[in-house]
Amino acid sequence: MEDTFENSVKLDSDLCKGCINCIKRCPTQAIRVRNGKAHIIKPFCIDCGECIRVCPHHAKKADYDPVEAMDRFKYKVALPAPSFYGQFNNLDDVNIVLRALKMMGFDDVYEVSAAAELVSEISRKYVAEHPEQRPFISTACPSVIKLIRVRFPNLIEHLLPVNAPVDIAAKQARAKAMKDTGLPSEDIGVIFISPCPAKVTAVRSPLTADSSDIDAVIAIKEVYTRILPLMKQTSDQTEEISQSGKIGISWGASGGEAGGLLTDSFLAADGIENVINVLEDLEDQKISHLDFIELNACSGGCVGGVLQVENPYVAKSKLKKLRKYMPVARSRLDEVKVENAYWQNGIEYMPVFSLGADFMESMEKMGQADEILERLPGLDCGSCGAPTCKALAEDIVRGVAKEKDCVHLLREYIHKMASDLKGI
Amino acid sequence: MSTLKFHYKVDKTDFTRAGEASSDVKGKLKKMGCDPEVVRKVAIAMYEGEINMVIHADGGVIDVEISPEDITLVLKDKGPGIADIDKAMQEGYSTASENVRSLGFGAGMGLPNMKKYSDEMKIETELGVGTTVTMVIHNT
Repeated sequence: MEDTFENSVKLDSDLCKGCINCIKRCPTQAIRVRNGKAHIIKPFCIDCGECIRVCPHHAKKADYDPVEAMDRFKYKVALPAPSFYGQFNNLDDVNIVLRALKMMGFDDVYEVSAAAELVSEISRKYVAEHPEQRPFISTACPSVIKLIRVRFPNLIEHLLPVNAPVDIAAKQARAKAMKDTGLPSEDIGVIFISPCPAKVTAVRSPLTADSSDIDAVIAIKEVYTRILPLMKQTSDQTEEISQSGKIGISWGASGGEAGGLLTDSFLAADGIENVINVLEDLEDQKISHLDFIELNACSGGCVGGVLQVENPYVAKSKLKKLRKYMPVARSRLDEVKVENAYWQNGIEYMPVFSLGADFMESMEKMGQADEILERLPGLDCGSCGAPTCKALAEDIVRGVAKEKDCVHLLREYIHKMASDLKGI
Repeated sequence: MSTLKFHYKVDKTDFTRAGEASSDVKGKLKKMGCDPEVVRKVAIAMYEGEINMVIHADGGVIDVEISPEDITLVLKDKGPGIADIDKAMQEGYSTASENVRSLGFGAGMGLPNMKKYSDEMKIETELGVGTTVTMVIHNT
């Protein structure tokens, strides 16, 4: 397990104007403007993509692999995310998308929605067998895991330790490709077509496994433009590729994973602020009567990912229409053998927000920060580069900022200096 | 510095704001790198107390003292007082109004939970004068 704090948001310095949009919107206060440019404090970042969404200058970019990354491999398998199907108008057959992916250059397709149905079945079993761990918290969204790891230590024990559908899909796809072709593993490229950059980080530095079976993560928005013209050319094809039904497709939007557990005892929250509120309430034991808590950092669920094309709520309604006449599930554990369905490594609390090295030092710094906060104007204007006066006060006691970074205090200081000079 | 002190006013009958004080203390303790189990105990015990003040006593004040050894919570109100402490300590016993119960509160678990999640608890109460609850959670 690589326990470095990696993220997949990159800054284009030329485009960054040093405005306060991203620092104000970041849910973990992980961004500061220093010397006129936005900087991410890596350990605080949970890869939620809010800053990419909100930057008016498009200076924040998601870091993902180019489509050409697939060319490195002799045999290429595409793993389309369930939310991908919600991007197209009037799509009534998933096979059209999957055939177009093959025309684009993939040798085979393994739907993440097919693996999702297996994960639903595994999860149902796990939840039933471990009542002591209720309420379970979903773990398919990597941002949610990262958030809990740095901010909600008491909730780690509630995380559902089942691998995400894309990880199971990658393992299954690789095994199938090796069997079908006889090629060694390194010649097979397992390529995830992703709605979000958090999955990029999850592949490069996995939190719950030693390594990932995914070779490259490419963006839905880039594949979308490539396969649209190809989809029109598939009308004469009849190949049935799809292996998923209602349960699998539903994972693409908020509530889908919970739906696959076939229980009414759940809540599904989406949008990072809502997710944080639910976690706070869970931690205070205000929510104790539910079996399952589904959390997705993006509004609407994976359809709201920053690498998507369509409006999340429109995509959600398209998924709903698409799945209407599908069978409940098409991938089942009695037909597919799944090995390594559970996490290889557990999650460990990372107290990255601690002010000092130990309790004594942190307590002292907390006291100092409170004193500094009294002197700050309380406008939370962001002009200092920190999102709030409180954040600036904490930065000061951490030794990474100073009081005169506050433009209001600086102005007072200059006024005082000017009047002192007059008095001479 | 040996202790940190914080003072909170709890507003009366505003359920949307109830929990703000305990939430603030929780955030502070996390930033001090406090043991997660201790944070949990403080957050739950204090939230229960805060809700009690809103439901039964038209609000009040909370004083929090944090030291490397203990976290002490003193919740003081000028409410009606507790007529029968033994009864109030029983799980499920509640004097909350129908209105409060319809909001999902008043299950009769307030004081029992405060006792359960604190290491020491003391209640001083006088009918018609008010109640002071002191809870200590060891900072191990």
